[in-house]
Amino acid sequence: MSDNGAPRIVIVGASLAGVHAAQAIRRSGADAEIVLIGDEADHPYDRPPLSKQYLGGDWDAEKLLLRPSKDPDALGVEWRLGTDAVGLDLEARTVRTLSMDDGPDEVGFDGLVIATGARARRLPDTDGLSDVHVVRSKADADRLRAAVADRGGPIAVIGAGFIGGEVAATFRSAGHDVTMIEAAEAPLTRVLDAEAGMMIAERHRVEGVEVRLGVGVDGFEIDDHGDHQHVRGVRLADGSTVEARTVVVGIGAIPNTEWLGGSGLEIDNGVRADATCLAAPGVVVAGDVANWDHPRYGRPMRVEQWDNGVDQGGYAGRRILADLAGEPIDPFDPVPWFWSDQYDWKIQFAGIAGRGREIIHGDPAEGRFAQLYLDEGGAPCGLLAVNRPRHAIKGRQFLTSAASADEIRDALA
Amino acid sequence: MKVVVDFDLCESNAVCMEIAPEVFEVRDDDFLYVLDENPAEGLHDKVRDAADRCPKQAITLEG
Repeated sequence: MSDNGAPRIVIVGASLAGVHAAQAIRRSGADAEIVLIGDEADHPYDRPPLSKQYLGGDWDAEKLLLRPSKDPDALGVEWRLGTDAVGLDLEARTVRTLSMDDGPDEVGFDGLVIATGARARRLPDTDGLSDVHVVRSKADADRLRAAVADRGGPIAVIGAGFIGGEVAATFRSAGHDVTMIEAAEAPLTRVLDAEAGMMIAERHRVEGVEVRLGVGVDGFEIDDHGDHQHVRGVRLADGSTVEARTVVVGIGAIPNTEWLGGSGLEIDNGVRADATCLAAPGVVVAGDVANWDHPRYGRPMRVEQWDNGVDQGGYAGRRILADLAGEPIDPFDPVPWFWSDQYDWKIQFAGIAGRGREIIHGDPAEGRFAQLYLDEGGAPCGLLAVNRPRHAIKGRQFLTSAASADEIRDALA
Repeated sequence: MKVVVDFDLCESNAVCMEIAPEVFEVRDDDFLYVLDENPAEGLHDKVRDAADRCPKQAITLEG
């Protein structure tokens, strides 16, 4: 409790989901004290442009800021930035923190929102290699920008997922020689299907990116200068070498749950939670770190997507208030949606991919089309749209209302 | 409330149309049209949600 008797809600993680949780609590009008804890020193910023407009130098840091960061006092929270959460005591209802400036501390809570996100997965044994980059934070993007400005290309991108594809597109569009390396037979096979992945690979090839598929990375060719080492190339599993002065690794993300070790919360691919995102009484999860029982899909899901950060963050704010008030709330049951911009392709995807698929609109050869995915029972489960934003959004609405395949075909033909 | 869209930022993701079709419409030409710059009070929550969910933060609400 705070001094005036209002409940104190602590939000750990001051990025997209955490900020939206705070905003939802404030908009509800509830009388609650909010403490927002973030490990980065900067006020919250938006991450998608880090691999696109910001990396390419088209946007400055000011433009990255999330809206509440432009007037931080207006959010009505106690900001604790530059502060790591290092432990959770569910019994004592406290979060242990370690601040860059103020050292260790303990914050008591009545309600807790866990939104600590995920960090970039790195390749083993690359810690000392300053030419090997990831793109997750603004600091990462700053380092990569500076490195490319300093050392130039050629650039090797390891991983042809969305981060890899966007980084490759950004640097290729800036005129650099880029090679994109992917261990799977096609890009994005975990999210889309191999054929759609190959369309995206082809889009990169047309732009002049060298795309190497179905081959893993063995290690790096290094120039040893004594006090520092520079990368000269990437050694592939087939024995070939890709010349590279800068390497960007985009091979997925790992949820930030280490600080919750021993807390009693169930950690399994993030923090496990029920269909209302509740991980324990008075503890709610949101964003990339949340692995909740998704009602629609009947299984636990962790969604590393921007829109989910906003949506689940807002839900978490309302969820914790309902919990504190002892009121019921509907489960969190969204149809996921994401976008990726690569060259002039705006790729949008709603739902989840299924085995069945058919192009219901347009022509991939013209770079404008919509593809419907069907699950094992033949019911619509996903919709991919390239340069067809209306199709993506309408598709999402149809998926949300569990429309039939015929209904979707008729409406989006 | 006045709805202002920064069309230099807008990329017609059409998320706003999903949330508040009374106010936002992305047409066949793939451009966003603001149907109602001064939406009635009953729409304000939806419009705020649309502004939040815009991936480009291109929607500003004044007043």
